Amino acid sequence: MTEASTARVYGLHAAVVAVLFALNFLLPDYHHGLFARILVLATFAMGYNLLFGYAGLLSLGHAMFFAAGLYGSGLAITYLGFGVPAAFIAGLVCGALLALVVGLLALRTSGVAFMIVTMMFAQALLLTIVYFNQWTGGDQGLVLQQASRIVTIGNASVDLTVPTVRYVAALVLFAVVLFATLAIVRSRFGRVLVAIRENEERTRMLGYDTFANKLAAIVLSGVFCAAAGAAYALLFGYVGSNFASVQYSILPLLWVLAGGAATTLGPLIGTLFIYYVTDIASSYTSAWLLIVGVALILLVLFAPKGILGAVRKRWIRWLP
Amino acid sequence: MTGRFFDLTNGKASRRTILKGLAAGAGLAAAPGFVRYAQAQSSAPMRIGFQAHRTGIGAAYGRWYERTTAAAVKAINAAGGINGRPIEVVIEDDGTDAARGAEVVAKLATQHKVDIVYGTLFSNVVVGSAPTAGELKIPYYVVSEGYHVASGKLNRYVFQPGITDVRAQVTSVAPWIAANAGKKITMIFPDYAFGYDHRDYLPPALQKAGAEVVAKIAIPPTESSFTKYFPQIPSDTDAIYHVMVGPAVLTFVKELGDFYGSSGPKLFGFIDSLEAVDINSPGLEYLDGSHFWEGSPRYAQADDTEAQKAYRAAVDIDDNGAAVADAKDVSTAAHMFGCWETLYVIKKAMEDAGYKGPEDRAKLVEATEALTEFAEGPEHPQGKKVFNGKIHQCFGTQNISKLEGGKLKVVHKTAIEDGMYEPEADYTKQSL
Repeated sequence: MTEASTARVYGLHAAVVAVLFALNFLLPDYHHGLFARILVLATFAMGYNLLFGYAGLLSLGHAMFFAAGLYGSGLAITYLGFGVPAAFIAGLVCGALLALVVGLLALRTSGVAFMIVTMMFAQALLLTIVYFNQWTGGDQGLVLQQASRIVTIGNASVDLTVPTVRYVAALVLFAVVLFATLAIVRSRFGRVLVAIRENEERTRMLGYDTFANKLAAIVLSGVFCAAAGAAYALLFGYVGSNFASVQYSILPLLWVLAGGAATTLGPLIGTLFIYYVTDIASSYTSAWLLIVGVALILLVLFAPKGILGAVRKRWIRWLP
Repeated sequence: MTGRFFDLTNGKASRRTILKGLAAGAGLAAAPGFVRYAQAQSSAPMRIGFQAHRTGIGAAYGRWYERTTAAAVKAINAAGGINGRPIEVVIEDDGTDAARGAEVVAKLATQHKVDIVYGTLFSNVVVGSAPTAGELKIPYYVVSEGYHVASGKLNRYVFQPGITDVRAQVTSVAPWIAANAGKKITMIFPDYAFGYDHRDYLPPALQKAGAEVVAKIAIPPTESSFTKYFPQIPSDTDAIYHVMVGPAVLTFVKELGDFYGSSGPKLFGFIDSLEAVDINSPGLEYLDGSHFWEGSPRYAQADDTEAQKAYRAAVDIDDNGAAVADAKDVSTAAHMFGCWETLYVIKKAMEDAGYKGPEDRAKLVEATEALTEFAEGPEHPQGKKVFNGKIHQCFGTQNISKLEGGKLKVVHKTAIEDGMYEPEADYTKQSL
């Protein structure tokens, strides 16, 4: 990889972040709020993409990592009186530990069995959250009061409920995970993950510990998803079990497939695309799921590798 | 119905002015808008954002909530609207999803520029949406019956003035259950939010009335067969208190009937299970002779008030509680009256506050909190209500109906005081 191509790749990603920052000042109120959510959920999708797109492991249970971050931070604030930074870290730790345990067990399987095992773990977490409803609020969930979502540093305080602050916080999280993903996929570790995706037996034969690399990918993916979950709780003040449901395991898969698996910016494009198709369609008809479905079918027909996958294939081959 | 996509004229000026760098220019750009608004507000419609469950598990309720809302708005507008301004309802579907619910509240408030948001039923959507309503400082009137509002866990902008909460409902009916159904009660309830209010508040209310809960059987939301739970029902159970929501109720009742045959404990249920379901559907025969809680009676009663008759005519339901145009389209009569009554509470509060536009939202909150009582009549056909402004919750009468001859007949009406409890919160202490 030449220095010029490295500069081009990082420049593109920096430009995307800069555009997103500029949108903070340009977007009308509703879209400004919606973009903040999309940035957090695109971070979730990036975590999913690392495992699915690059390592080739199709999980149907990633809601559990998002929920681990969501509840890790939300419960820490509600019952342990944690401040925002400590609660965010608690969410990350929960996600990392869960990913480590799930990875150690689920990686004993592969293919369809891996999908089923991850889905099973996610269902187990969902039912655990519902079972301990006296603490978690069950499906009704918990509200994090505005006062508990203020970061105090010395004499200064940052209120995460202020729209601009929330947007910038979501963007910072998104940018950190975007550049982390970019660094990972361009690293030796990232290339090993791609090698595992393409031919695991051959990668093992070449001397790589594929189990350790896949486990590392699951933990990193889990931490990114947990970061998104923790941020969602802290920025939007709601912690609910629907985020642990199978729907939130399917959604990141959908976002990644729509945007382009194994493209660093695909998760953002996919999340934006699905979100806006849903938002616009639901304003016109209660059959909005039909419209979303038709849009996805058209995407599969004309861009089977997703939006950015198609762009990379036809026009910009250097897209990471 | 939808506002303009990416409407750059409606955003807050503060962010864009940073880029534009010309405060004066921004002021000039904004000024014509203010002038237009000032001219229009005297006659412009009052915009009520309706967070509707058009899809998802709440769709059957949502359909009837929409119809009731349309009927109430028609009646209010025909009588001159609110402060002389007609009501315009802006509907957005939340898919009965908590996350989408919050987005819908934001969309209604910031894109559609509604004056208030209203109409949510499912408690997870209410709880998920409440933080957004609080942050946007937009009054949010729900018709949910969950205890979430009165519990104090939400915020000052959330109200439930048109329907009683489950805690009050179970507290009201417990003495009747103890006196008429038996002293040993087994509860079967869904293992999610709606069931928790029953689980938490029925046992103490029954104990106070001299009865006891001998078993609590929580059914996971994913369950589709129930026979395996029935052996958990203690043999000395006098009555089963059942609250099952969703399509599984038909299977539940059928399997319960198969389990007990012609004998078995008495049954007391919440009609929530069978809202929008024909009570004479095949499989529900086992319910004959059992009793139900109803917020407002599904079937026309011999002693219906004139207000009740007028309300039923306005929402187009026949004597059996089904749509006049389609006898198979059964209503959610026990709950949907809450939409009608909530809209009249909003009207009263807006008039008391002299509400003119979003700048008066704080006044509207205070005016709603100042309300104390709603008299029975055309605006409150279900009956008189008492409103507690500190917990933003109303209290009213409950109906206990017996299913016989394929119809539900009201056999007991509770008093408002039966459901009142010591408030656990005071929203009025929160800042606006």
